Parts: sequence; structure tokens; C-alpha cells
Amino acid sequence: MKNIVALCSAVVSGSGQLLNKQYIKGLFFFLFQALFWFIELSTGTWNVITGNIPNADVPSAAFREAGYFTSGFWGLITLGNTARATTKQVVYDHSIALLINGLITLLVFLIFAFIYIWGIRDAYKTRKQIEKGIIKSSKEYLHDLWEDAFEYIMITPATILVMFVSIIPIMFAFLTAFTNYNTTNIPPKNLVEWVGFQTYKDVLTIPIWGKTFVGVFIWTVIWSFSASFTVYALGLLQAVFINNKFVKAKRFWRSIYILPWAIPSFVSILVFRTMLNINGPINSLLISAGLIDKKIGFLTDPTAARITLIAVNLWLGFPYFMALISGVLNTISEEIYEAADLDGANGFQKFRTITLPMAIQATAPLIVMNLTFNFNNFSLIYFLTDGGPANPAYQMAGRTDILISWIFKLTLDNRMYNYASVFSIFIFIIIASFSTWNLLRTRAFKEG
Amino acid sequence: MSQNSQSQEEFRRKLARAKTKDLIAKILVYLELIIMAIIVIYPVIWIVGSAFNPKANISSPTPIPANATLDNFKYLFEKTNYVSWYKNTLYVAVLTMFFSVVVNTLTAFIFARFDFKGRKTGLLTVMVLQMFPSFLGMTALYMLALNFGLLNNLNMLVIVYVAGSIPGNIWVVQGYMLNLPKSLDEAAYIDGASKIQIYWYVILPLAVPIIAFIAVTSFMGPWMDYMLPRFLINKNEMKTLAVGIFDLIKGNEGTKYTVFAAGSLLVAVPIATLYIYFQKYLLEGLTAGANKGE
Repeated sequence: MKNIVALCSAVVSGSGQLLNKQYIKGLFFFLFQALFWFIELSTGTWNVITGNIPNADVPSAAFREAGYFTSGFWGLITLGNTARATTKQVVYDHSIALLINGLITLLVFLIFAFIYIWGIRDAYKTRKQIEKGIIKSSKEYLHDLWEDAFEYIMITPATILVMFVSIIPIMFAFLTAFTNYNTTNIPPKNLVEWVGFQTYKDVLTIPIWGKTFVGVFIWTVIWSFSASFTVYALGLLQAVFINNKFVKAKRFWRSIYILPWAIPSFVSILVFRTMLNINGPINSLLISAGLIDKKIGFLTDPTAARITLIAVNLWLGFPYFMALISGVLNTISEEIYEAADLDGANGFQKFRTITLPMAIQATAPLIVMNLTFNFNNFSLIYFLTDGGPANPAYQMAGRTDILISWIFKLTLDNRMYNYASVFSIFIFIIIASFSTWNLLRTRAFKEG
Repeated sequence: MSQNSQSQEEFRRKLARAKTKDLIAKILVYLELIIMAIIVIYPVIWIVGSAFNPKANISSPTPIPANATLDNFKYLFEKTNYVSWYKNTLYVAVLTMFFSVVVNTLTAFIFARFDFKGRKTGLLTVMVLQMFPSFLGMTALYMLALNFGLLNNLNMLVIVYVAGSIPGNIWVVQGYMLNLPKSLDEAAYIDGASKIQIYWYVILPLAVPIIAFIAVTSFMGPWMDYMLPRFLINKNEMKTLAVGIFDLIKGNEGTKYTVFAAGSLLVAVPIATLYIYFQKYLLEGLTAGANKGE
């Protein structure tokens, strides 16, 4: 009998529940299936069946104009077959729109499929319990459901948001890596096609791609380490200096140094961009002070630009670590220092053996976090140097471009979407392995 | 000279040397503090000076203009959509703050307090999602907005910001909630409280510091973000501040550095004030985020 109710539910959702005499629940499942068919049937013209195809000259018009789910899957699989030849052409396929709509369709379909399968399983399980003699009314069931499914119901809003705003875009980017979507194939003028691993092959065999990737990657690593290290070191130094016993007006100093952290970073970066301009105030200042006699291309000379980036990042970033380490330093008890005094330790020895280890121990995870942050520190590069100065030996990357800003240029300035996606997958693998390694070390994960 | 007075002499000399050394150290430390203060403050003074500078000339080495004027502010209010940008940003920021707090605390509460199937998978998924360069999905987001008719719509920005805040914050907030004693929930259960009541009456009041963290960071986000509004908004009066201000120095209308400075000043002052006021919570939240319950 339990197999029969399951089978009934498989044919018409809710019918199994009906046999189990759970009418409200049955109606719930039935309505979902009805909704599914309503969507599918009401959105298509179904000319396949009637044989009346208005745009018969256009290939597979039947699929294009079919119901929501059929046409969605058709689009995802084929990416369309009719490019827009002239601007007046009415019926044409926009491959990228088809790809994204296909993804949405897939997600919606999975949600319906989930409820459908849940209905079958529920009919089966309930019948099994009825056979054992346990009978629950729909009302009781709903109450139990609320209790059991509480967790899932509560995380539903977050799940839906993440699905549409994070997962669909990421899936889209991931799939793009397997198409020929780039500046030579821009819909709706052209069609985009699935090309398998062709883009990966290109990236690995065309030397300039490899050269750019390796070059930019090396600079990205140098950049992230030096940026994170300098920021941490200066933050530590500043914290130690301010916390010195003899320094008066600690609050005053601290509120000055906290300023770069408090000012919106894009504002400060743009101010630096202006100030460091070759005709900007810094150059005028240095010249009028007689320190230099030729203007320095802070943002235009390759080496100077890299140093400038690290320096500006230092300005922006040290306050955070200073504030953080100050907090740690305040927790170190005076007694340790007094004991060290008795042992005849001098200032530097105290710093090396007490202050530094304690500060590092308390803030080490933040150094790792800062490292990943700088690895992807897009806004600093974009707003300050825009990756420049240009490097003709690279494919669409400048001398200060890090991976993320290079990919940005590939995507938005040069529309090399498929290449950008391939490289993002590479970056993703690098960061994911680094973060997973870092995560696996934490207690939170081990205890789960 | 007796043995005694000789050692006394030596001691005095040592003391004097130590004092000079101390004095030199003090001078050096203060010197460093002053130099750093100048480096930190110079750009700040420069931007204030530029905002009041009558000429659009940026190369003047003296940061304070000789004849200060309010022309730049006038220009900002009369010739640009600055007021609209400000309102838009405030609208997006307030809504983002509200919904981020609701969604994140509720979801984190579930993750921290209930052991359900898929919990670990969920946590791992959001962690992985965070690692993908976000703007790769921009084309997709643009198409989504186009599909749902949400281009040039501030609510779309709110949706994306709230959704974007979830992966990062879930870890931070659930880590924080894990550290709250579970005996409190259990006592409430015994008294007959429902799960929702526990969330509302037990967990939320204890999570105020982390709520403050989420509220402040998600409020700040829209003021700083450039990329998303750049993509989803193209009407000038619908822009948010970051885009509007950036366009003042990089836009088609040519470069207006002094107007840019005035505009930046009006953003930086309230935001910096908020930051300084809430710094305690920000530090706490960031530390909690990095440790993830370590």
C-alpha cells in the first residue's frame, strides 16, 4: 500500500496524501504541481502541437516560443541559433540572456522538483506510519512540520538571496569559461557557443596569456605580502610608541592616527591620486623645497608606482592594526614588565620577548585575513593607478595590475569574458586552497 | 679618593648616561609621532583646503587657500545632482543596514543554535562563495536586473548588498553566538519559550555588539561601493555618492578637483565621525571575524 500511495503522488502530487486522508497537505502538494504546469502551459504558445508556427522561417521557433521551462532549457543547452543580422530583425536569440534565463529556469525547476519528491516521500512515510497504527492529522502534521522544518524555513530568505545574487552569477561566470563569449562574439549581433575546454587550451598555449598571468601573479604575491607586512609593522610600531609610559596625551595621538581608517577609502585614494599626479601638489612641494629638481612620476614610473601603492596602502591600513594592537597591549599586565625590569632587561629586550610575541599571538589570524584582503585589494589599484603604467609585453595588463584588477580589465574594458572566467577559476582555486588550509586549522571547524 | 666615593661617582655618571639615553629615546619617539601625524594629516588638510579653494588649480603646494570661498559647495548643490546622490545613498544605506541585520542575525542564530542536516555544507558553501571575484558575476547581475526590470532601481542595490553581506557575516555572527552560553536558551525552553522567542528575547539582546558591527559595516558599504552602482545605475539622478563623486574627476564634464574635494568632504565628515564613534564595535567584529571562534 505504501508503494501505491507513493506512485499516486508521483503521478499527481497530493493524491497520495489524499489516500492517506491528509487533505490540507494533499492540497498543498497538488497546488505546487498545478502551479508548475500552469507556468509551463501559460507562458508558451505551443505551436509544436497546433502546427501553427508564426515565424516558421526561423529555425526552432517552436522551442523558442515554448513554455517557460522548455524554452529555458532549450536556451541553456543551445544558447540560441539565430543571430541578429539587422537591427530591424524582430526574432533573434541573445545567447547571454538565454544562458542566464536558463540558469534561473534551472533553479526554479529544481525547487519544484524538490517539492515534488518531498511529496512522494511524505506520502510513502505517512502510509508506513499509518500501517504501524500512528495517525496524524494534517493539522498535527503542519505543527510538527513547523517544528521540524523551523531551521529550514528561517534560512529560506537568506538562501534565496544568496542563490540569486551569488550562486547564479558565479555559475554564469563559471559557464562562461566554456563558451566563446568575448569581444569577437557579442550578442545579439553574434551567437555565443559552447566550446568546451578551448579557452583553457588557448590560455595555456598562447604565450602572451601565460606570460601575463605569471607576471601579474608574481606581482600580486609580492604586493600582498609587502602590503600586509608593512601595514602590520607600522601598526605595531605606532601602537608600541603610543603606549609608551612617558607619552602624554595618548588619546590625542590615537585620534589623529585613526583618521585614515575612518575616512571612506575611495575618497582618500582619489585624493592621493590627485596629490601624486605628476603636476600635483606633492611634486610642487618637493621642488619648491629643493629636495628634487625633476618631477617624479609617482603613478607613471613603473617602480615608483609600485612603491607608491605600498606607501598609500600603508597610510590607509596602519590605523586598523594600531588600534587592534593597542587593545592587545593594554591587556598585557604591568607585572610582566616589572619582572623583566628586575631581571635587568632593557627596553628593546622587553619589546622583543614580551610585547612582540603577545601582540603577534593575538593578531596572527588577522595577518592572514589581511593577506587575502590585499590579494584582492581591487579598489586601491583601480582608483590609484588603474593598473598603470601600461606594459606592452602584457595582454591587457599594466605594471601595477594585480590579478583581480587585470581580470576586471579583461571583463569590462576589453570584454574578454571567457578568458576572464578561466583566470578567475584559477584564482579561485588558489584562494580556495589557501583559505581551506587556513580554515581547517581553526577550532570552530574541527568542532563543527 | 676613597673606594666608596669612587663607586658613587661612577653610579652618578651611569645614571646621567641613562638619563641622556632616555631623553634621546623620548625625543626620537616624539619625533616619530609628530612626523607620522603630519603625514596622516597633510592629505586631510589638503582636501579641506581644496574644498574651499576658488581656483580649480590643484598644484598649489600650500594646502590652505589665500581667499577661501564656498563656490565649490554652491556648484555642487546647484549644478550637480549631489543632493539626490546623497539621498539615494542614505536610502540604500538605511535599508541595507536594516535588512542585513535581520537576515544575518536570524540565519546566524539558526546556524549557531540548531544542528540540522546541511548545516556544515551551508557554512562551507558561503565560505567558498566569498572567494570568487565578485565582479565576474556583474554581467549576470546586470542581466538579472534587466530581466526583472530593476535597472536604475535603488532597491536592486539594496537586494544585492544584503545578499552580498550574508556569506561574510554568517561566519562572524554565528561565531559570536556560539560563544553565548547555551544554558540561557535551555532555561528559556523550560519556561516554555518558542524558538522565535528565544531568538528575540535571549539571543538578540546579548548579541548587541555584533549587531552594531553588522549595522555599521552594512551602513557604510553603500557609501564606499563604486562597482555595483556603476553597473546597475546609469541615470545621473539615480547615482550613489561614490559614482557621482568619482565622475567629477573622471567624468565627461572634465576634471573638477575642487568640487570633488568639496563633495568628498561632505561624505567624509559624517562617515568618519560614525567610524570613530563605533570603532570599538568595529574592532570587536573584525577580530571575531578573523578568529572565527578560534
